[in-house]
Amino acid sequence: MTNSTVAHKSASEKRKQIAYGLTLLVVGFLIYLFFGRNTEAGVVTTFGLNLAGSQALKIPDLVVPAQTTVYMMMALVVFVGAYQLARGVRSTGLLLGILAFAFIFAFLTWAAQAKSFNLAGMLSSMLVRATPIALAALCGVISERSAVINIGAEGIMLISAQVAVVVGTLTKNLYAGLLAAILIGGVVAALHAFLVIRFKVDQIVSGVAINIFGAGITSFISSRFLQSGTNTLNNSGTFPIISIPILSKIPVLGPMLFENNIVVYLMVLVVVAMHIVLFYTPWGLRTRAVGEHPKAADTLGVNVYLIRYVNVIIGGLIAGLGGAYFTIGSVGRFDETMTAGKGFIGLAAMIFGKWNPFGAFASSMLFGFADSLQVKLQILRISIPSEFLLMAPYIVTMIVLTGIIGRAIPPAADGQPYEK
Amino acid sequence: MSATVPPSKKTETKKAGAALGQALLVPSLAVVTGLLIGAIVIVASGASVTKAYGALFAGSFGNPINFFSALQVLFSSGDSAPLLKAIYPFTESLVTATPYIFAGLSVAVGFRCGLFNIGAEGQFFVGALCSAFVGYSLKGLPMLIHLPLALLGGALGGGIWGMIPGYLKARFGAHEVVNTIMMNWIAFKFSDWLLNGPMKASGFRPVTPNIEASAELPRFFADPLRFNLGFFLALLFAYLVYWFLFKTTLGFEIRSVGANPDAAKYAGMNIIKNFVLVMAISGGLAGLAGSAQVLGVDHWVGQGFSAGYGFDAIALALLGKSHPFGVVLAALLFGFLRSGATNMQSMAGIPIDIISIIQGLIIVFIAAPDIIRWLYRIRSLKTEETVLTRGWGK
Repeated sequence: MTNSTVAHKSASEKRKQIAYGLTLLVVGFLIYLFFGRNTEAGVVTTFGLNLAGSQALKIPDLVVPAQTTVYMMMALVVFVGAYQLARGVRSTGLLLGILAFAFIFAFLTWAAQAKSFNLAGMLSSMLVRATPIALAALCGVISERSAVINIGAEGIMLISAQVAVVVGTLTKNLYAGLLAAILIGGVVAALHAFLVIRFKVDQIVSGVAINIFGAGITSFISSRFLQSGTNTLNNSGTFPIISIPILSKIPVLGPMLFENNIVVYLMVLVVVAMHIVLFYTPWGLRTRAVGEHPKAADTLGVNVYLIRYVNVIIGGLIAGLGGAYFTIGSVGRFDETMTAGKGFIGLAAMIFGKWNPFGAFASSMLFGFADSLQVKLQILRISIPSEFLLMAPYIVTMIVLTGIIGRAIPPAADGQPYEK
Repeated sequence: MSATVPPSKKTETKKAGAALGQALLVPSLAVVTGLLIGAIVIVASGASVTKAYGALFAGSFGNPINFFSALQVLFSSGDSAPLLKAIYPFTESLVTATPYIFAGLSVAVGFRCGLFNIGAEGQFFVGALCSAFVGYSLKGLPMLIHLPLALLGGALGGGIWGMIPGYLKARFGAHEVVNTIMMNWIAFKFSDWLLNGPMKASGFRPVTPNIEASAELPRFFADPLRFNLGFFLALLFAYLVYWFLFKTTLGFEIRSVGANPDAAKYAGMNIIKNFVLVMAISGGLAGLAGSAQVLGVDHWVGQGFSAGYGFDAIALALLGKSHPFGVVLAALLFGFLRSGATNMQSMAGIPIDIISIIQGLIIVFIAAPDIIRWLYRIRSLKTEETVLTRGWGK
């Protein structure tokens, strides 16, 4: 809609243009107020571009003069803001990208002035931390494209995380644990599908029940069995890092993208596969038809119930993979409520990503970024309490939901049971 | 007497009685089935059901034999200590039920307007923090002023926390489920900061200072009995919510918007106003739940203070069929279960989390009454179904 060929701008578009322009100017001022004024002249900021222990070729660190860099970022934002006010920039994404880049870079330069900040380390932990969020979001995408809301990803991931570690420890085979985690995710999702399709249970209520039940059963098993049998039941080890030859030698990008464990690679694979399935296969077309207008799809001979069952179960398998990340993909043991709300953040990422696999992936990366940034900032001990930075992704999600930054429109039949 | 009653009226009351019976039947069977499956889980984990549920009962109601022998002691020697000890489990259950009543009412009010407030946990926390702040920062006030102020602080804090998603929903159509979850996380991070910074008591632990005695909800018995005025306050609020929803014009509007927003709009009702108002009331009640807990029981707030209350509140509202009196019954049930489960954990070694499992099952059964009807072969009686949620942003 934004790239309409109409020459005249409507009043609302005009208003939007001005709003964006002013936002950029305000952010430019904020960069001056918080960072520019507080950066000392003649001090440098060092951005580490090498990750210790990685196979990537060593490159020199990026050293920038702190104050100049902050003011350059401010100038960039102010310039783009002024241009937006005067002429208007077509792509909202570009605007927001510039805004986010400049703000974050200025912030980091200020925060790490006279110190060193490991950029490569942060970027590589960003993808890892985004993995469970993205998998939860993808679980939502595939279910909701067929119009079944599944907010039970949190509960599914908890159950899968526990099953993964227990099976992995008992069989001494991590791949068996991974398979078990994925399968149990599918089973729980099948239960959800059965409740909401067969019994027409309110979909959000069923999801809530899964979350409560998941937290309950895993904590129960954990305190009854795992705590006393830590070594025999709850100590699986983790997947090894798989380095992709040659590609992992690329500086910065190598350790981030090509030196990960299997769960992270599988996540990326799921993103691509889901995009292809949804938009380039008959199954995807039918899924989207069922999500938008089940009656019409039914009239054309599509089995609405079958499509919904299969998609919700696939979603569960994906969430199961996400659960495996927490234990065998990361720490090698299960702790109570270790998913820590990642399933819900995945839900936000799904909406933020407008029910598209790549969109969901990108917004998960944003949350992963915020997550890893916070860890790094604690090391730097800056004067802003990290709690306020941690709030940022949630606030951004709420702003996105208001539709000011492009409206997120769910599939038309989302959440409605279908009756023939 | 019966001769003066017209037969039509008699059948009417009979019908109403049957409807009430049906309304109570399914939730009761859901609870029973939940407990039965809970028993299966206990057996599967290799423990004794009789021992476990026995400890649960003793923990929630106390031992009746002890109670009567304590009464004898009281009459013979005038010593009330054994009696207080005997009623301790029962009063503890009521203490546990108190915040549940408020929290359940919070979600129930939302359901009545077609809004799903999943953020009771955050509102609870904000309410508790506000009450604690009023409680410890104002000094030298008489109780008649200080206590109401502290309660008001909690209601306002929670109310504002709930109102924001309500406004975003009404104005932009942003779904309240996601926004209340986001507000939960903002509340947790914000409270982390407050408890480690501005509101931190002296000492190492990230907790608030103790509130002044003048802000405490008065207790009826000597320590360790914590039974306090909060319980009766909760009952009063349950009645107020009932009166508001069913006896006032505004309550009628809210229920109309919940039943059919389009029709309500056509009838000239202001959807935006109703959404904002209901979320503010809902948040306020959740905030009061936090107030009741901090002013009546703990007297200070620490991290994780609200853990679990949000989901429990949803279960309570569902179990109580979004009716204030139903919520009170459900809250009493949960109060007894939770309070007894603590005893079960220490006496029978059954982790307290079994209650969450049972709760999850109860929610499923309540939300899918067809399962219960099918299990127990109950014929369906035509009753109006309340709409609980409406997908994203509609």
